[in-house]
Amino acid sequence: MRRFFKSLALCLMAALMLLPLTACHGSRGLPEFEIPETLDEDRSFEISFWAKNDTNKTQVSIYQKAISDFQALYPNIKVNLRLYTDYSRIYNDVITNIATQTTPNVCISYPDHIATYLSGDNVVAPLDGLFADEKYGLGGTELCYDSPTMDEMIPKFLDECIVNGQHYAIPYMRSTEACYVNKTYLEKLGYELPETLTWDFVWEVAEAAMAKDENGNFRLNGQKVMIPFIYKSTDNMMIQMLYQLGAPYSNAAGEALIFNEHTRDILSTVASHAATGAFSTFKISSYPANFLNAGQCIFAVDSTAGATWMGSYAPLSDISEDKFVDFETVVMPIPQFDTQNPRMISQGPSVCVFNKADPQEVLASWLFAQFLLTDEVQIAYSQTEGYVPVTEKARQNEAYIDYMARAGEDNGLYYDVKLKAAKLLLENTDNTFVTPVYNGSASLRDAAGQLIENTTKSVRRGETVDDAYLDKLFDSVTSLYRLDQSGAAQSVGKAELGPMPTASKALLLSLAGCWLGIGAYGLITLIKKRGKKP
Amino acid sequence: MKKFVVLFLALSLAFSFAACAKTAPAEDAADVKGEGVMTYAEYDAAALESEVVVETYVQAKQSWWNDQATLYTQDKDGAYFIYNIACSEEDYAKLNVGTKIKVTGYKAEWAGEVEIIDGTFEILEGEYVAAPVDVTDKLASDELVKFQNQLVSFKGLTVEPANDEGAAFLYNWDGSGAEGTDSDLYFNASVGGNTYTFVIEYYLCGADSDAYKAVQALKVGDKIDMEGFLYWYEGVQPHITAVTAAK
Repeated sequence: MRRFFKSLALCLMAALMLLPLTACHGSRGLPEFEIPETLDEDRSFEISFWAKNDTNKTQVSIYQKAISDFQALYPNIKVNLRLYTDYSRIYNDVITNIATQTTPNVCISYPDHIATYLSGDNVVAPLDGLFADEKYGLGGTELCYDSPTMDEMIPKFLDECIVNGQHYAIPYMRSTEACYVNKTYLEKLGYELPETLTWDFVWEVAEAAMAKDENGNFRLNGQKVMIPFIYKSTDNMMIQMLYQLGAPYSNAAGEALIFNEHTRDILSTVASHAATGAFSTFKISSYPANFLNAGQCIFAVDSTAGATWMGSYAPLSDISEDKFVDFETVVMPIPQFDTQNPRMISQGPSVCVFNKADPQEVLASWLFAQFLLTDEVQIAYSQTEGYVPVTEKARQNEAYIDYMARAGEDNGLYYDVKLKAAKLLLENTDNTFVTPVYNGSASLRDAAGQLIENTTKSVRRGETVDDAYLDKLFDSVTSLYRLDQSGAAQSVGKAELGPMPTASKALLLSLAGCWLGIGAYGLITLIKKRGKKP
Repeated sequence: MKKFVVLFLALSLAFSFAACAKTAPAEDAADVKGEGVMTYAEYDAAALESEVVVETYVQAKQSWWNDQATLYTQDKDGAYFIYNIACSEEDYAKLNVGTKIKVTGYKAEWAGEVEIIDGTFEILEGEYVAAPVDVTDKLASDELVKFQNQLVSFKGLTVEPANDEGAAFLYNWDGSGAEGTDSDLYFNASVGGNTYTFVIEYYLCGADSDAYKAVQALKVGDKIDMEGFLYWYEGVQPHITAVTAAK
């Protein structure tokens, strides 16, 4: 008996070893999604929703309430929430799950990431057909909730979800970057805030703030620490500076055009101010909010979706109360090169629906994804930070208008810095842009930030930033992010694997041989046993 | 034949136990630095952003990702937090508690945490496992920062509510995480009339670790002893690796 179990175990092990090989080799993608005529109300569906929050309990509660409200309307659709606090973890987990066809049903994503997901066959459901579907589309007749129509979506934000000529996502929330300014310190230095910040102005004030007294304390704040200009997301910094200059960054064909003379100029400027200590970054120093609120920074650039952390009375903070300094916070668009033509990035979470073998399951997923566009969800989530709703319907909702009119009533829901940050984007939606999306665009974005990070670090370490340095930097960043491989390194599961390697064939044959041997041995033993008398 | 097999298995088992057993602290062993290598005092005195070369011993591995590792390391005189050092997955597997490494990198400070970044390392012969230093009576003092990144212990603390609802711990700092979502655990404990926040870093002690489970089982009012690394983030933020009932 024990021998039988041993043989069984060996067979099972062999079978288990075979499974991944068969799974890996020449795997087929999913069939194209076709919209079902109707949702099968007699069936039960269980769908997964991978959601990102800003480590914010209120945002989690809003997701949970949205799920609960949706399930009350569609009792046959159960939504399981999986929480994440950063996009890169979602991205990595999705990539891992594409190979095993265990992607979530609905997922918060960035279009850059979706472009990579799309390198697999029919991994993500195209949404154009669903948008226009009379029954279940935007504002559809068979929906159990009041959804926005196509005309009620903010077109600019919807366009950001186009990948390879089709919509593969719906926008969920939008933000941009803002420059949170310590106006009190700026005026103490003898400056007045201009209507629009320029890069030259910010650099000039930042340098002026570096003066120290005889004890080595900064004259401006009397402290040992002062970093007048801190940038949270240096990839955004580089991208926006290039766009403002009309300089090349990339194109839709996936060519990285970032290594140009404009980039050299930007990096040289960054180097000169990093050298004096007037400029630093989140990755090098810490969160801009921590310095701003402690009176150690004048210009803190961060997302409008981080507004609740900014200012003397910020409701959220990582520094202790005794470190806060009292000052007036002004929320402004990021610095510009051309004040007549301001440009700023559009960012924020979108939602994609993953394709499945069962079109009914995809339809159920779409119904939940679309529910996230309803006024109640849009308004509630936008109020958690300096986000703005992505539908005109929500923006025109009386509750939202009332909310936006009450800036400064308290330091919680109506925290003025947060509402001003949201207002900044509402007023500048037409000035926002996004970068071309393709398989590999996420790497180029990382590379853009790396150029600033490396330059800043090098200067702080006493290195000289000159043409030779920049040549070397361009080469190393190109290599690190494989920008010379046209996105090949990013491809996911699409390529046919070709004929099976000889080694794999040999392994499979040997395993089959083992199996046959085990079977033969078992058979012989059985025959022998039967031949024996009891 | 059977006797041989039994003997072989018994010896294998014995060797396995020997290999698994935690190496006893070897504080008295000589810790001679190689040529061109800084002592801890020299490292401590080195300016931020300067290149540093240290020989140190791995005390815990926090994470490996994308050919970068984050390590808590220590020699007999002090600790070095090694952030995102270049490290292949193969080399990461070779690093155990006590493994001696030579690190070349840059001294940096991030939100108060002094660390070595942008580094490379090589594995050397030698082993040292630090014994935790009891810093309970230093928690409220300015002296605490001198123990930054070291393996330390806290004795006889009382678990305090982590939020207004009286939870003993939170998933993420504000409770925005949930079980099964790779969330850090935050909990408060008091001693000497002061309350401090402690963290179970998910990447250091995951959901399967004893420390993670112990915190999930905490109740407000429990008396506990703890061990962990004295990490810093805008003030002290110990990364706890062991939680037991107070002795």
